This record gives sequence, structure tokens and C-alpha cells, in this order.
Amino acid sequence: MKVSYRWLNEYIDLDGISAEELAERVTRGGIEVDGVEQLNKGVSNVVVGYVTSKEKHPDADKLNVCKVDAGQGEELQIVCGARNVEAGQKVPVALIGAKLPGDFQIKRAKLRGVESQGMICSAKELGINDKLLPKEQQEGILVLPPDTAVGTPIGEVLGIDDQVLELDLTPNRSDCLSMLGVAYEAGALTGRPVKLPEHSVADAAERAADYVQVRIGAQEHCTRYAARYIKGVEVGPSPQWLRNRLIAAGIRPISNIVDITNYVMLEYGQPLHAFDADKIAGGRIEVRLAREGESMVTLDDQERKLEPHMLLITDGEKPIALAGVMGGANSEVTASTTNIVLEAARFEGGTVRKTSRQLSLRSESSIRFEKGVDDARVIPALDRAAGLMARYAGGLVTEGIVQEVARAGEPADVAVSLERINAYLGTQLSTLEVKTIFSRLGFEYESDDSGMFNVRVPSRRGDITSAVDLIEEVARLYGYDNIPTTPIEGPTTPGALTAPQAIRRELRAKLTAAGLNEVMSYSVTHPDRAGLFTRLSEGANPIRLAMPMSEDRSVLRTGLVPSLLEIAAYNRNRKTDDLALFEIGSVFLTDETELSRLPQEKHRLAGLLAGSRASAQWNRKAEPVDFYDAKGVLEAVFELLGMTGLVRYEAASIDQLHPGRTAALVLETAGGRKQIGYVGQVHPALQLQEDLVDTYVFELELEPLYEHADSAIRQKPLPRYPAIERDIAVVLDRRVEAGRLTGEIRSAAGELLESVQVFDVYTGGKLGEDKKSVAVSLVYRHPERTLTDEEVTERHTAVVERLGQSFGAELRK
Amino acid sequence: MKERLEALREEALQELQTVSGPQHLNDLRVKYLGKKGALTEILRGMGGLSVEERPVIGQIGNDVRGAIEAVIEEKQAHFQAAETENRLRAETVDVTLPGRKLPAGAVHPLNKVQQEIEDIFIGMGYTIAEGPEVETDYFNFEALNLPKDHPARDMQDSFYITDEILLRTQTSPVQVRTMKAMNGAAPIKVICPGKVYRRDDDDATHSFQFTQIEGFVIDRNIRMSDLKGTLLQFVQRMYGSQTRIRLRPSFFPFTEPSAEVDVSCVQCGGNGCRMCKGSGWLEILGCGMVHPRVLEMGGYDPEEVSGFAFGMGVERIALLKYGIDDIRALYTNDLRFLSQFARM
Repeated sequence: MKVSYRWLNEYIDLDGISAEELAERVTRGGIEVDGVEQLNKGVSNVVVGYVTSKEKHPDADKLNVCKVDAGQGEELQIVCGARNVEAGQKVPVALIGAKLPGDFQIKRAKLRGVESQGMICSAKELGINDKLLPKEQQEGILVLPPDTAVGTPIGEVLGIDDQVLELDLTPNRSDCLSMLGVAYEAGALTGRPVKLPEHSVADAAERAADYVQVRIGAQEHCTRYAARYIKGVEVGPSPQWLRNRLIAAGIRPISNIVDITNYVMLEYGQPLHAFDADKIAGGRIEVRLAREGESMVTLDDQERKLEPHMLLITDGEKPIALAGVMGGANSEVTASTTNIVLEAARFEGGTVRKTSRQLSLRSESSIRFEKGVDDARVIPALDRAAGLMARYAGGLVTEGIVQEVARAGEPADVAVSLERINAYLGTQLSTLEVKTIFSRLGFEYESDDSGMFNVRVPSRRGDITSAVDLIEEVARLYGYDNIPTTPIEGPTTPGALTAPQAIRRELRAKLTAAGLNEVMSYSVTHPDRAGLFTRLSEGANPIRLAMPMSEDRSVLRTGLVPSLLEIAAYNRNRKTDDLALFEIGSVFLTDETELSRLPQEKHRLAGLLAGSRASAQWNRKAEPVDFYDAKGVLEAVFELLGMTGLVRYEAASIDQLHPGRTAALVLETAGGRKQIGYVGQVHPALQLQEDLVDTYVFELELEPLYEHADSAIRQKPLPRYPAIERDIAVVLDRRVEAGRLTGEIRSAAGELLESVQVFDVYTGGKLGEDKKSVAVSLVYRHPERTLTDEEVTERHTAVVERLGQSFGAELRK
Repeated sequence: MKERLEALREEALQELQTVSGPQHLNDLRVKYLGKKGALTEILRGMGGLSVEERPVIGQIGNDVRGAIEAVIEEKQAHFQAAETENRLRAETVDVTLPGRKLPAGAVHPLNKVQQEIEDIFIGMGYTIAEGPEVETDYFNFEALNLPKDHPARDMQDSFYITDEILLRTQTSPVQVRTMKAMNGAAPIKVICPGKVYRRDDDDATHSFQFTQIEGFVIDRNIRMSDLKGTLLQFVQRMYGSQTRIRLRPSFFPFTEPSAEVDVSCVQCGGNGCRMCKGSGWLEILGCGMVHPRVLEMGGYDPEEVSGFAFGMGVERIALLKYGIDDIRALYTNDLRFLSQFARM
């Protein structure tokens, strides 16, 4: 809402309060003033002049030499290049020494040899927002109404010696979508009274009811419809002051009739509409919902397809306006209009909102209806506009208002006690202080000795319906700054992270310490991306937004790895080739094709490694990462969570991953086996497609980790007897996995085997294509005594024998 | 014999002065003191001495040995010191060459800020509540006093999936879920961090996906002054004990009274600078007393309990804290950006 400071002064005396001060007070009172605009952008010494003659410049085709009476005693000679300048016009004249916006000063000058004693100005040169002016006024000089007095300073004529406050209204304060509402607010903040505008109508002989009838057919959508009939208007331009005010408010002046409806809308917050009465068949007005298949042409000459939820004004048959949104072309007021049906109604906000949304037609009118208009202002606004039409369009206002009232608005009675106010705010206000606040707001109230206030809230403040609403009014007028600052009383509560929250933090700490950087990607993605790496989301249907902003962000992600690949490619394009990333986030899974209940949201951890393990240094070579780096990260995660013994890595074939370099992670618990993640190299074909080099990824469900993480550390006593270490190297079939080998060793060695570790794997050489050599270090120990060499040898022999039986393994010579 | 011993001492000591290195020293030790050395050679003749002479000559022999050994030891110590010094000189490193880098990754700046805020509130007795990012219209709007067609829904255009299910536009539904889970019990003191989504075109200050932290307290006799006290405590822990707050009346459908909260500018302390656009204040929070209808819908009696709620955008706080001028940097995941946050 744009509020002219000078205009506001008509409803409340702002003497001694500057526009800036007012802006500050209004802001601190809860309505943010985005800015205070100075309308005069630096115009001085520009006055109204009368063009007495115009002649062609002797030496320039496009220039005219004008004689201008600017009230300076003698006529001025001014050279003017505007095409629309004519003798007999009233125009703005910048005198010698005048200043124009942009620090532009007018000097005596000769133009092609002819002296020019000033300049005739366009709207733009005066700093006026010429977008709101008719086209002919935009292109040439600004032509003023003929009755403008010569010599008058232009600032006065154009009303630019004014400031405009731009209010950023919250949805509850639609009462301030009107000058009167703002005046009441300013009155409450300053303690000054509000003066209402004149809205009486002179008596007339003819009765409106003889010309127009009104019927509301859809009473839930329209609670009041009132009309006046105005005869014999002359449609023409509005007076300059009225146009100035509309322009200051950002509304384009059109004609006196339309301008008056807009002016009164700004004044009262009540949208009005003027119909050409002679275009309404039979003078009948019926408010009803649209019928299936109906359509109409609106004022902007657009054909609108109507739907049955849209509210219409009709002549009993065809639509003549889209209620509260836009008038119909068939009943539009034009230059030849002489009789007017003036509408003031109260349409239901939700109905107007839905229509204006659907048709993408938001107007000053629809905005106000959407937020709700004040029933008590419908008739005063109608009368005010009718009065102005009589005065500025020469119309005769016929006797009476024709209206139907489905439901009248009523002021709300709301009770609140002083005790409640103080208990809620933590204040110690007195009865008197609260009374003063209600009085300033213009609320009538009764109060008794117990501190109970019964407040009659005026209907203009439809946002106040309950005790807390009143408490808020008290708080904001008392000043939030004056409310004390206290600690919470009552029992203390222990604060803590839940176990899953703590685990996620531990994971972040561990992974970052290991050199991985945490990334954060979007939860929505392209449908094609959602189809990649779906191993942990099998059977899940991607969930699509009803109205995505782009196809790239149209479905909810079902995995984290696809976005990690995008991040990798992004960074590689910026010459960051060594990548170690992880993300912790939710994925969204459903087996429904159309959601009827919320999807499952699963927490996941995913990571990506590519490039070198550690960057090259003067004393260290860069080594490329491989599968075991990625696996190592996961091992560290399970080690951290005390879950090492529960997890198996099993060779697996998974879509989009390298078939020979991929493992499924299987959790083995008392509850059974469950696949909880995967780790592997991105399939070379996909790497190529995504512009990546060898890239390793992993993804892991976090819920099983929350469930099985074991943070209870139980210290084991240090061994008291020495261990005996034996190494063996065996040659066996290349396909035998190290995990099976060590498992077999454990089983054969029995409980004296403390640990077994692979320390070398060798292929090639003389071993043959299908063989490999694996070197393993075994540590034997007895907890209660020193082992003898013989005991160990016996076990060790058993181990070698078993490996021979199970895998055909031979000791390497 | 005595003269021979004295002569030997003389000769040995003289020759030891010319010793050139540890090997030479060892040769001389063998030459004079070894099993077949000169001293032993002389003392072998002791057998021919009288009983009286023997101890005397023996004493002299020991003296000579002692004298030679002393010098040898001294020379040896000298050579060892020199050798140590040589070795140390050879082992000298260039201390200005860089050390071997330990791996160092960074927690994402949004999580870094979020954890810091969480820790402050945990210290104030709050727990952390979480809720789904895909929400029902009921929890996201209706239970928060935003019925369908409420004009305030304009404020946060949403990503719907069906008519009843959407990406949450705020973390406030977690308030409602928490109330329902607590089933009427008080006190509740939680903060609810999480991702939220709104139909905003991305630009330097807007992101369609962003992070909110909501705080929520319900108990008997919770007052608006408690809200002010809580927020002041929070911002002073976050930004330093000199930080001040200013509340401006505002509107949220789920709180009443509602306020926007400004903190004194974290850069200039309130004098006015570029960051606060000269005002001395930065807007970082919205807050208010929980609307009675929200309490009712959560299963609480507004006559019995009251509460406050507040919410902040983690991105905005991160932008201010780290001097980031474009919110999109937080979602671009450029490692040159992210790796700058690998610090305490």
C-alpha cells in the first residue's frame, strides 16, 4: 500500500510529525514501511505557462519557437522540440535557473540561432512516473488541464511536493489497505483523532429503484450487494489533484468515473465498480455462480472461460462482471456513457481468491476482497463515490440505495482481563494504561473493578476476534521494547541429543577427520537421476511434485549417489580432481503410484572418492584411490559404531556399478541378514557419460546403524602371556576370496588364534593366470599361559592342511 | 725398568698427541696397552725383579697405564663428540619445507551453524525434535491455524504432491507433532531443525530449499517476557554478550502476539555499517506466543498452559557469520568453497 503523506493529512493532523518519523512509528507499531519516497525528485522553478503562439523555427524542421506566458511579466520565447506542443496549451515551463531531476539546470541558450528563455517539460523530465500516463502524455510535453492557473509552481499542480510511504502489510492488517485504515493506525500510534471524509448525497427527485433491481443468488459468496443509479454523467478527465493522488498510489488515471471508484477504494478500502447502466438489460443485476461452459469477455478484452466456482454479476442472463475481480467488456464505462450503475458489494474472500488465482487476474479490487472488506464501509463508500461523481462528473444521484443484504457484518465483542494481559506478557500494566490503549485504537469498551474489559471491536478490524488478539494490540501499543526480559520459571529440563542425532554427529566428525568433505544437495531431482543407483530403494516409485519449477527438480530423490556424481562432475570442471565427499540426508520412498499417505523418509549416508588419496607433496607421491579406500571408509564407520563384527562385504552385481568392483553390505544380526548398503566403482560406461574418471561410491542406510550401534565400551584386560606369530603364504585359485580364506583359517586354528591378517596378495609371474599367492600373518596366544612351540606348530599344520583340502592351496615355496 | 717405563710413557703420550682419528687411536691403544703391546712387553720382565722392587715397578706400570688410558679416553671423547656433531650436521632438515598433510574435510557450513545453535539450546535445556520433510497439509498448515484459503498461505507458496501432501514449507509442523506425541504433558522445550521448501526462484538471497530452526516451549505460565529472555540469552551466546535484541510487532498465523526480532549488527555492534545497511540492526528471527488455536489443535488447553515459538533461517545466519554474499554458494558444493570450513 502506497500512502501519500499529504493525503493522509486530510484524515489525521500530522503537524509536527514528518513522513520519516511517521514511517518509523508505523514500523515499530508492526506495519513495516519499506521506504519513504520523495515524489519531487529535484524540481524547482518550474511553473505553469500558457502557450500563446507557436511558429516553426527558421533553421530547424523539428523545432518550434513558442511564446509563453508564464506569469513572469513579459512573455518568454522558448524553443521546443516536442511534436505535441500547440498554442493555447497550459504546460510546465522550466524558467531560467530552474532545476530538474538529475541535477539538470536550465540556462539561457540559443538553439540554432534562436534564443530560448526556458524549457517546456515532459512528465519524465519532471521526474513523474510516466508509465501511469496515457501514451500521448508520455511521448511529448505534459499538457495540463486548461483551467490550471498560469504561474502556479508545478509542484503544487502535480502534487509532487509530497512523500509516499510504502507499507508492507502482513495478511492480518488488510484494514490498512485504505487511507482511513492507515489514519486509524496513525491515530492509535500518535493519539490524534481521525477525521472522516464527507460522504453525504444530495436529495434527488428520481428513485434509483425505478432504474435498477438487485438480487443475490449465491448468498454464501456475496453477503451484501448495494447499488446507486447516477444519471447524466459526463465522462471526461478527472481533476488534476485526483489524478495526482492515483498516480502517487500507483494507479493509472483513466476517466473521472473510473478514477472516482479507484479513489474511493483507496480511501475506504472498499472496491467499487461502475457499469454503463444503459448496457445492462432491464436494469437487472443478479449475483450468481457461473454455469458450466459459460464464458465472458473481461475489460482487458480477454475471453475468459468460467467455472462453476466463479462468482458473476449478471443482468439476469449473461455475465457483466467477474465479481470482485474485473468488469465485463459488455458493460464498460466509455466516453459516451451517460448513466451509471455504481456497485459496492461484499464478496466472499475465498471465492474471489480462487477466481483471481485461476485466471491469474490480481487487481487492486481482488486483493482487497481476498483479505475481506469491512461491511460497515460498503454504504459510506458508495455514497462517497456517488457524491464525487455528482461533483466531478456532473451526474445526478437518484434517490436511494438498491441493495440486498444476505448477512450484515457485526462488530465483535471480545473480553479480556487485566490479569490475563499481564500474565501473558509478563508486564505490570495498570487498568488506566490498558484503557488508554483501547481508546487510542478507537475501540469502545466497558470495564469493571475486577479488571475485566469488554471490548467492542469495530468491524474495520476484522483481525481481532479473541482475547489474545486484544493482548497483541495492547502489547504493540505499549511497545515490545517495554516488555521485560525474564528467565523461564518452572522446572529445569535436561537438554541432550537423541542417539541417532549423536550418531550423525559422530559420523560427520569421523568422516571429516578422514578427509571427506560434507556436501548438501537438493532433495528434488530430475526423474532420470532418480532412476540411478536404486539398489537400496527397490520397488519404490519416484514421487513427483504436482507443479515443479523445472524438470530438473521435479521428483523426490530416492538415493543420494546421483547428486554426488553431479557434484563430482561440477568440481572436476573447475579443476578439482581429488574428490572425497559425503552427504547425510533423507530419501523418499513409496510403493504407491499416487500418494495417499506420507512416504517413508530414510536417512542415508553416501560418499564418493575419486582422484588421488592425498595430494602430491615434495616428499609424497599422489596415489590414486581405489575400491579399498571406499571400503576403508565404511570399515572405519562400522568400527566407530562398534559394528565391525556384524557386517559382511559380499561381491555383488549392482546396476550402474562396475561388476567386478562392487560389494553389497550385509548386516548379520540375530534378526537375520539384511542388505544395508553398497560400495563400488561407478560403471565405466556411466563414468564416461558423466564425464568422470575412476570414481568410487558408497551408500548406506542409517536406521540399521541407529539400531545396532554399540557405544558401550568394555575394557579387555591386556594379555599377560606372550603371543607367537607365524606367517604363511599359500598359492591357490585366484577366485577364492580372502574373506573365505581367513574364515577357513579361523575355523581350522581354533580359539588359540588371536588374529589373522592378510599382508600380501600377489598375482602373475610364474604362478599362472588363474592362481594367486596370499600371505597371511597369524597370531596365536593362550590367555592363561605361555604357548609352547609344539602346540602352535600342531595348530599351524592343521591350518595348512585345511587350506589344502578346502581350496587346493599349496604352501608357496 | 723404571726408565723404560718412563720412556714408554713419554713416547706414548707424545704419539697420542698426533693421533689422527678413531682408528689411529685404537691402533695406538693396541700398540701401547694391548695384550701384545709395549707396556705388557715391558712388564713381562717383572719376573726378574726382586720382591722389594716388584711393587714399586708395578705401581709405576699402573701409573703409566693410567696416564695413557686417560689420554686415550680424552681423545676418544673428543672424537665421539666430533663424530656426533658430524652426524647431526648431516641429518639437518629444512624446517621450512611443508609437513606431511593430515587429511582434513569440512562439515558443511549449514550443519556447522546448525550444530552450534543446537548446542546452545541443549545447554539451555532443550532437546531436538525432528519431523518428516514431506508433510500433510494438516500438519503444515491447518493445525497451525492456516486453514485452506487462508490469505497467509500466499506468504509461502508451496510444492504440493497431492492436494493433501506437500513438501513442508516450515519446520513448524514439528511443533504440532511434538505436542501430539507429548499427549498433553508439559513442559515441552524443543528445537526443530530441518530442511524446508518454498516456491521461490533462486537468487542471491532465496533458495527454494533451505534450512530452518524452530524453537518451541510450552508450560504453565510462559510469558512473552520469557520469550524475550530466551532469545536474548541465545543471541548473546551466539554473537557475544554485548548483543542486543529488538522486537517489532509482526504477523504469523500460529503465534499471537507475533514479532520479528532484530539483533544489534554483528559486524558494527549497532553503529551502522554496510552489512546492516546503516540501521545497526539485522533481522534474524521471527517469534511469538503460541496461538491458542494451535495449542488446542495440539491437545493442550490454552487456559492451562501457554507457550512461545521462534524460528530462524540457518542460511541467513551462515551468510552473516561467514560473510557469504550468495545463498546459492551453500548448495553448489564447490570444494574450493566447502574446504574453507574445515576449521573450528
